[in-house]
Amino acid sequence: MSIETAERQDTAPAAPEQPMLEVKDLVVRYGRGRKAAAAPAAVDGVSFSIRPGETVGLVGESGSGKSTIGKAILGLQTSAGGIIRFQGKDITHAGAAERRALGGELRAVFQDPNSSLNPRQSIGASLAEPLRLRGVTAAVARQKAEAMLERVGLPREAVDRYPSQFSGGQRQRIAVARALICEPKLVVCDEAVSALDLSTQAQVLNLLADLRDEHGLSYLFIAHDISVVQFLAQRVVVLYRGQVMESGPAAAVTESPVHPFTQALVAASPVPRAAEQAERRMLRESLGVRTAAAVTASQAGCPFSQRCPLATELCTAERPALRRVGAADVACHYA
Amino acid sequence: MIPNVAPAPADSAQATAAAAVQPNSVQPKPGQRTAFSKVSASRLVGSPGGVAGIVWLGALVIASLTAPWWLPYKTEDQDFTAVLSGPTAAHWLGTDELGRDLLSRIFAAAAGTLGTSLITVIVGVGLGTALAMVAAGGDRTEGVISRVTEVMMSLPGTVIILAVIGAVGTNIPLVMAILGVLISAGIYRVMLGQAKSLQSQLYVDAAKVDGVSTLGISLRHVLPGLTNTIVVQSALIFAVGMLIQAGLAFIGFGPPIPQPSWGGMIQGASQHVYDAPWLMVPTGAVLALTVLAANAIGNALGKAPNTAASHLPSAGARRQRGGSVASAGAAADAAVGAAASAADPRAMPAKGQLSVRNLSVGVDGGTPLVTGVSFDVEQGTVLGLVGESGCGKTMTALSLLGLLPAGVSAAGGQILWNGKNLAAATEREMEGIRGRDIALISQEPMRALDPMFTVGYQLAGAIRRLRKVGKAEARAEALSLLEKVGIVDAKRILKTYPHQISGGMAQRVAIALALSGRPRLLVADEPTTALDVTVQAEILSLLRTLVKDTGMSVVMVTHDLGVVADICDNVAVMYAGQVVESGRTATILDNPRHPYTLALLAADPHANTAADMPERLATISGQVPQPKDWPTGCRFMARCQFAGAACAAPVPLLSSGSESGMVRCVKADELAVEGLEWLATEVPTHRVLKIVEKDLA
Repeated sequence: MSIETAERQDTAPAAPEQPMLEVKDLVVRYGRGRKAAAAPAAVDGVSFSIRPGETVGLVGESGSGKSTIGKAILGLQTSAGGIIRFQGKDITHAGAAERRALGGELRAVFQDPNSSLNPRQSIGASLAEPLRLRGVTAAVARQKAEAMLERVGLPREAVDRYPSQFSGGQRQRIAVARALICEPKLVVCDEAVSALDLSTQAQVLNLLADLRDEHGLSYLFIAHDISVVQFLAQRVVVLYRGQVMESGPAAAVTESPVHPFTQALVAASPVPRAAEQAERRMLRESLGVRTAAAVTASQAGCPFSQRCPLATELCTAERPALRRVGAADVACHYA
Repeated sequence: MIPNVAPAPADSAQATAAAAVQPNSVQPKPGQRTAFSKVSASRLVGSPGGVAGIVWLGALVIASLTAPWWLPYKTEDQDFTAVLSGPTAAHWLGTDELGRDLLSRIFAAAAGTLGTSLITVIVGVGLGTALAMVAAGGDRTEGVISRVTEVMMSLPGTVIILAVIGAVGTNIPLVMAILGVLISAGIYRVMLGQAKSLQSQLYVDAAKVDGVSTLGISLRHVLPGLTNTIVVQSALIFAVGMLIQAGLAFIGFGPPIPQPSWGGMIQGASQHVYDAPWLMVPTGAVLALTVLAANAIGNALGKAPNTAASHLPSAGARRQRGGSVASAGAAADAAVGAAASAADPRAMPAKGQLSVRNLSVGVDGGTPLVTGVSFDVEQGTVLGLVGESGCGKTMTALSLLGLLPAGVSAAGGQILWNGKNLAAATEREMEGIRGRDIALISQEPMRALDPMFTVGYQLAGAIRRLRKVGKAEARAEALSLLEKVGIVDAKRILKTYPHQISGGMAQRVAIALALSGRPRLLVADEPTTALDVTVQAEILSLLRTLVKDTGMSVVMVTHDLGVVADICDNVAVMYAGQVVESGRTATILDNPRHPYTLALLAADPHANTAADMPERLATISGQVPQPKDWPTGCRFMARCQFAGAACAAPVPLLSSGSESGMVRCVKADELAVEGLEWLATEVPTHRVLKIVEKDLA
């Protein structure tokens, strides 16, 4: 601990606060060998950081690499380049033992409530697993599991039941309980509410917000739905084909998006009011964003250039760097 | 075969599978060891073959182990007065060429034969499973192990076993162990796929995040999932082991001579096939029965547990229902007709118009899933069926096509399509309507497309079948259909296979496929749920254009109120198998009258922008009730913030006052006057206190 503090003072004496998570120039490639090296990277030089107590939303379409970033942080996917620091500690290539040593401070809630719990383990056994791994006795683990279940709004008796006895929303609550049982500092929520019905989704979102307020948690909230993200997140990072298009305060990115892709994404998200939705539809159609082509984007230029109504030769030739426009950082030559 | 058969509706499956156990209603089961052992045991007991197999094997083992105490003769006792005899009072199963009692020898040999076969099982299945679990853990190890097993599988097993016997003699346990090693390559193949799919489960990811070691993950999360296959494979390998052992003994590589073995006995018998054919019968029969028993057990254990469907009647029962639906439908027609003629002066629906009247869908002879649903779809309009899962919207939509899952059928009411009641139509009549008059697009476009054929082949095939045109014409039509659904490089897409195109493209192709029969009504079951929002917007625009250009109608099943706002002219909100509110989309979304609609809108984060995003979203406490738990009164009562005593009585669907609007709530008028809002529930105590403090200050 003391070494870490010393290091921190060495490297960044000016920074008043160490970020909870720092991702720098992360590159992830799927597959191995020459073929993989030639293909575009799933995650291509992504950087962002999460401050303690902050929620950062990661949005993008399918294939934008948002889940891959989450997996790389959790050690479920090897990264080909870049650095991931958790509380100042480099965890880019941490193995099982090193992850265990994090003491359960980095946890995850996954999308599918049906497969995120082992159907052959009782709820109690599932919840106790991370605790038992850290040498907590069975009796104490059970007590903690019961308390945690109560906290997420389920009866204590649930410890002896099996996942099949619960509905989707209840299972997602159990998954949240499992993530929070060892008092984590950062929770990666990968599409944690996407599979749920509206009312259940609202319950789980509220629960996540409450737990954050109670414990001062940080979240990396990965979702395809920008409205869900803006409920929880203070900052939003918008990804397209593995690259950051825009990142900044949630209100700025969702209310007055600068990047053409963010504009298209926000305009495409339908609102449940007929007249307003008709306006949004017109706005979306007026943007003139082209449909996603099967052709892979040129690796040299902006990944969005093929769909972008504003694209010029510069866009296909040169990859735009992130630069500050208003409150947000935007990767667009014409922002 | 119509081009766009939907997968079994997820709604109903979830409804039964999730079994929505209310937190306090189920007692914990402390005695329950693992979910698996219970299931497999009950499966075994449930199958007569399995029971017989267990009884036979059990009896054989017990008889064999207790043989010294009860057998009438010792295995070596020779009775020279009765050599090669058939069954007699002294020797029930006869004697062999040395006058030894067959019954005694068969049972004395059983333990040895079964025990050595077990060695094959333990080595073969154990090694195969262990290798599969190791291989599933990493790509590189998988490569190595798979290559090694491939080499093993290409080795001539018989030759190896004979070579081993040549080298070390007839050491049966060793030979059976080597047989196990040879068999393990096959077992590995069987196990690998399953182990890999278990490895990709999210709970394995969760364990990895915890820092659980590879071995821990294999033992705790992968092995339990493999148990079923292990048990089934073991039973089958056990039978194979016995047969091979008998075969070896038959060609002279059995246990040393005086010791009895089944194979050895068969070999002995084979030398007297002509002078004493009976000799073969007892041993052969016992061996055959034992192999059969092992296979029967394997079959019983391997049978897929069909608990979800167990309450559903058989196909036969379903066919019988055909007549009764018609008669029940007729009875309902009379009743509804009387009611409808009073309330609704309109005559027969016009062409291309759908009128659903008082439709009920239910499990045959059991639980209703949808009750009393009525709606109209005018030509060229889009109706949204909206609600949470388990509310019956998919069931309602599928009933329009006669595609309800097995064991579920329309139990009453009418689906009037061009004057014809589809609820009572036969399967043959429906075949004429599906694809031609009414088509379907489903949530997962990939399921509507056959991965084995190109897009062009499938599309042209559907066009030829539905429009009765020639090959060339069909291909030209396929190309124009793809262009119609907004595919730019249609020529190239025609030649691709479904897996080569993106989800959005696949949904466009599925829509083109649905359009191939020029339908008048398109049933769209969550067509954009699996797509990105940008692609969703494109597909919705496409559907809107198609409705405008072709004048077809759409029934759109969705849970997304934004999609409803975007494309639907009218909407029917469903809750627990009923329509609770229906009318013009704008009216309902802007001015909801039913508390459930109000609550859904309040829970939807899309209704807010970042600036006015509430600190907490409104929620609806509890869950959608299971069909068996539906109360007689308002089905939403238990979750409603405004529920009162009047809600306990059945609530009719009444006019809400606005044009064509209907609402099923006794308090609708009262709520409209008071302008109540659905409040965020489950507010934690500390926050309530804060709010109170703020108010006081």
